[in-house]
Amino acid sequence: MSKHTISFTLNGDSVTQEVDSRLLLVHLLRDDLQKTGTHIGCDTSNCGACTVLLDSRSVKSCTVFAAQANGKAVETIEGMEQDALHPLQEGFHEEHGLQCGFCTPGMIMRAKELLKKNPNPTEEEIRWGISGNLCRCTGYVNIIKAIQYAANKLNEQQKEAA
Amino acid sequence: MIPPSFDYATPQSLSEAIALLHQHGSEAKVLAGGHSLIPAMRLRFAEPSHLIDISGIAGLSYIRESGGFLRIGAMTREVELEDSELIQSNYPILLDTAKMIADPQVRNLATLGGNLAHGDPANDHPATMLALRAQVEITGQGGKRTVPIDDFFPDFFTTVLEHGEILTEIQIPIPPSNSGGTYLKIERKVGDYAVAAVAAQVSLGADGTFQQVGLGLTNVGPVPIRAVRSEDSLRGQRPDEALYAQAGQLASEDADPGDDLRGSADYKRSLIRELIKRALRRAVDHAQGRS
Repeated sequence: MSKHTISFTLNGDSVTQEVDSRLLLVHLLRDDLQKTGTHIGCDTSNCGACTVLLDSRSVKSCTVFAAQANGKAVETIEGMEQDALHPLQEGFHEEHGLQCGFCTPGMIMRAKELLKKNPNPTEEEIRWGISGNLCRCTGYVNIIKAIQYAANKLNEQQKEAA
Repeated sequence: MIPPSFDYATPQSLSEAIALLHQHGSEAKVLAGGHSLIPAMRLRFAEPSHLIDISGIAGLSYIRESGGFLRIGAMTREVELEDSELIQSNYPILLDTAKMIADPQVRNLATLGGNLAHGDPANDHPATMLALRAQVEITGQGGKRTVPIDDFFPDFFTTVLEHGEILTEIQIPIPPSNSGGTYLKIERKVGDYAVAAVAAQVSLGADGTFQQVGLGLTNVGPVPIRAVRSEDSLRGQRPDEALYAQAGQLASEDADPGDDLRGSADYKRSLIRELIKRALRRAVDHAQGRS
């Protein structure tokens, strides 16, 4: 067993933590840092419920060792709401993009990267873009509407800021 | 599912990584993107005592053409292939392959080098590299050596990488003009391994005949398979549906699939027969500038 002291930012705040080399990022977040918004679904890198951003890229935190986050920026669902709900959170609310809500944090973190890379995705692009995230309730239709809602709102905000 | 304990090192140079591999012996493993190794460790199919994480080594991630080759650093992530303008414009077969691997989150971390070095015949890049007639550069204590992809996978889940060696670069001969390629994969659901898949890369001569043909098959045998007889049947010929059907038939006979959860051996052979035809049509369309 080897121990490592790692430092990273979590939703903008600096964190320094001693971790076992075999500790997975999702367990560090949930068990040690009490950020339980990141969920464990399949635990086999299929379902995407544990999706977080690592240096702005969406990754499945059940398949990343905590030690691999050393020096990086980690973003979780807890960091999405700033002064108000993030447009993605608002979109899932407005468009009924969830029923049980278990997949939602992972969906939102994945969608955040998707919209950053492609601010105007087609329905097809959204479907491909969330192909690593499983939802057992909605049939995805309202999730796609929620992401489209957020895309529109983010684009409007961008125009107003310009 | 928590993997067994191991020591974890983050070397900053290739020589340091190779020295660590030698120091820790055969129980040490290289960690690249981790999306084959970490799941295997969690299922305890792999129990390395030491993980040597090579992601901190500068200069292993790049996509560039030089010296007649497209050179791709082994740590290049799948997403970087997808996002590369050079790949998008000149290497449709690589774009098609990268897009069909797992899902976006996995592609954000998974690497081209890892996809090959893992030695899994269900992985997608091996067949593509066969079609492209690639070679791989391997770095060890004694320096570098280059191995043709045809020699890289001697057996099931086995590569010619010796202990203490690291796959560092993939070298693909730059195709001549009038070339095209594609990767067609049948999967049960998005993100799954292939039931069967075909990689095709063709180059046409000034007279319109096949000059070079590369055909690779995924997950229909213990190793990635080159459809040699199909390639031979096309070379020097003019593109033609009857020839495609013949090539498909030959490839389906040369495939060596087994029955498993993804389908029967017969079903997989029938997929190869059809996919070869579709892949050749598409590759020829690319080569003739029609798509």
